[in-house]
Amino acid sequence: MSTATGSRVWHAGPLTKITLALGVLLSAFPLYFMIIIATRTNDEAVDVPPPLLPGGRLGENVQRLLDAEEAHFLLGLANSFIVAATVTLSVVAISTLAGFAFAKLRFRGAKVLLLTILITMMVPLQQMGVVPLYLMMVELEWNGTLKAVILPFLVNGFGVFMMTQYTTQAVPDELVEAARVDGAATMRIWWNVVLPAVRPGMAVLALLVFMQTWNEFMWPLVVLDPQNPTVQLSISNLNGQYTNDYPLIFMGTALSVVPLLFIFVLFGRQIVGGLMEGAVKA
Amino acid sequence: MTLHVAAPPAERAAPPPPARGRRLLSWLDLRASGYVLVAPYFLLFAIFGVFPLVYTAWVSLHDWELAGDKTFLGLENYGYLISDPVFWNAVLNTIGIFALSTVPQLVLALMLANALNKRLRARLFLRLSILLPMVTSVVAVAVVFSQLYQRDYGLINWFLGLFGVDNIHWQGEKWSSWIAIASMVDWRWTGYNAIIYLAAMQTIPRDVYEAAELDGASPRRQFWQITVPMLRPTIIFTVFVSTIGGFTLFAEPMIFDGGLADGGTDGQFQTVAMLIYKEAFREFDYGYGAAAAWLLFALILIGALVNYSLARRIGGGK
Repeated sequence: MSTATGSRVWHAGPLTKITLALGVLLSAFPLYFMIIIATRTNDEAVDVPPPLLPGGRLGENVQRLLDAEEAHFLLGLANSFIVAATVTLSVVAISTLAGFAFAKLRFRGAKVLLLTILITMMVPLQQMGVVPLYLMMVELEWNGTLKAVILPFLVNGFGVFMMTQYTTQAVPDELVEAARVDGAATMRIWWNVVLPAVRPGMAVLALLVFMQTWNEFMWPLVVLDPQNPTVQLSISNLNGQYTNDYPLIFMGTALSVVPLLFIFVLFGRQIVGGLMEGAVKA
Repeated sequence: MTLHVAAPPAERAAPPPPARGRRLLSWLDLRASGYVLVAPYFLLFAIFGVFPLVYTAWVSLHDWELAGDKTFLGLENYGYLISDPVFWNAVLNTIGIFALSTVPQLVLALMLANALNKRLRARLFLRLSILLPMVTSVVAVAVVFSQLYQRDYGLINWFLGLFGVDNIHWQGEKWSSWIAIASMVDWRWTGYNAIIYLAAMQTIPRDVYEAAELDGASPRRQFWQITVPMLRPTIIFTVFVSTIGGFTLFAEPMIFDGGLADGGTDGQFQTVAMLIYKEAFREFDYGYGAAAAWLLFALILIGALVNYSLARRIGGGK
């Protein structure tokens, strides 16, 4: 960007380069190591020193993972996909609507309501409410079902906050006013004016929520059975049952990370942009 | 940015005279739409956010078991907890791991952000690379790191062995298990914090640096005297987020423990969240677990306040 300044401050010296190289290396290594172990035999995985190159047991280890019936790995993947997709759709819809209201509509109490959301974002609801949420699910006989892991996550204060910020800057007030003068009802304005403008923000929110839900661990552990797990539970079960079979556990772990890595590489530019924009506003 | 407005501006001059029913409708539309649009969020929040919180307080006042047997105890659960060394041990572990993970994490993130803020090629590649860990699930991180920390054939002990260090049983002691768990947290979140800091650094006007440059301030001095003080609000924000995350730490120590909630043979690394889980869902003592949840919340509040006052001092503030 501003290459005009010939200042020393912006010059990337050797120290900068070493810092960044180390940062990249340390960030990537555990993921690389995951692939090494996932493609090795069990004997090779416990060699000292450990192997540092991938092996050739990819297919075999995938097969062993699918044969490990108690892990229900495929079911876990499918469940996680259903849960994360449902939560994402709902959070994005609810947040976009509420964000529009907070950013562009005037109604009494709007400020207080938005402040309530901000404050509750600071309360760790999942950990604090875990006991009554569980009792509630048992009462409704929903424990063990996907409903139980979907419903509590439909609440996401961060989503509302983010979409409020995004709508404020992406939709000019004049545009909303103009549509009003033309006699468009609020929902019409939302559909025709707001929605097209906030689509990029919705996409970033969708990606973040999908990842967050996919990675959720404590609540599924509490409320689901090992026979009907999410993918994180499935790995945790593998880890508990096949304690020393690292290639098997690592193969499951790698396959659970792959969908997210895929999304991340595909939409990386938007995710980084969204994170950085959100950070400055916050 | 492209916007598609349905009605062409020409029509605006002559809106059709609305009938009475329609006037009422559009009055309602103007008045009520805001509430209708935020209603779904607050409805769900009431059911899955407020209700559990209040109900937690109610459950915590009872000896409550799943079969529906409950006896009112008043504050007895809290009394037991406060005099229970297991609880205080969990508090100590939580705070220890939190400190060990947050301080290096934020310092490293600042260094990384400062490096990323220089004139560089392959910006996007660098930013994406350091964000990779955030995408990786906590469970995956914990599984991989637990193997790296394995006593007999883990990579870390092998590496330390090159320097003559004997194999460490990382799960065995408080200090070693804290370091191992803190490193998992650090690995996952340092890049994220660096990106947040980077975003804030880019809003600092460049002429501030140029003026300092003219005054002969070294890059190091500029970093400490301009960058860090200007970043203070962002640092406070990240400290808050880390406090909540750190005080509710659960997945990493659980997996490190092979899925048990004990946190090692003597609870060396049992966190408060693990204790809540164990009391409520292994011992089925819901009242006790609920009371622990409220005490955890109190701890988070205290922690947030303490950290806030510490973070305010960063960079030579008031």
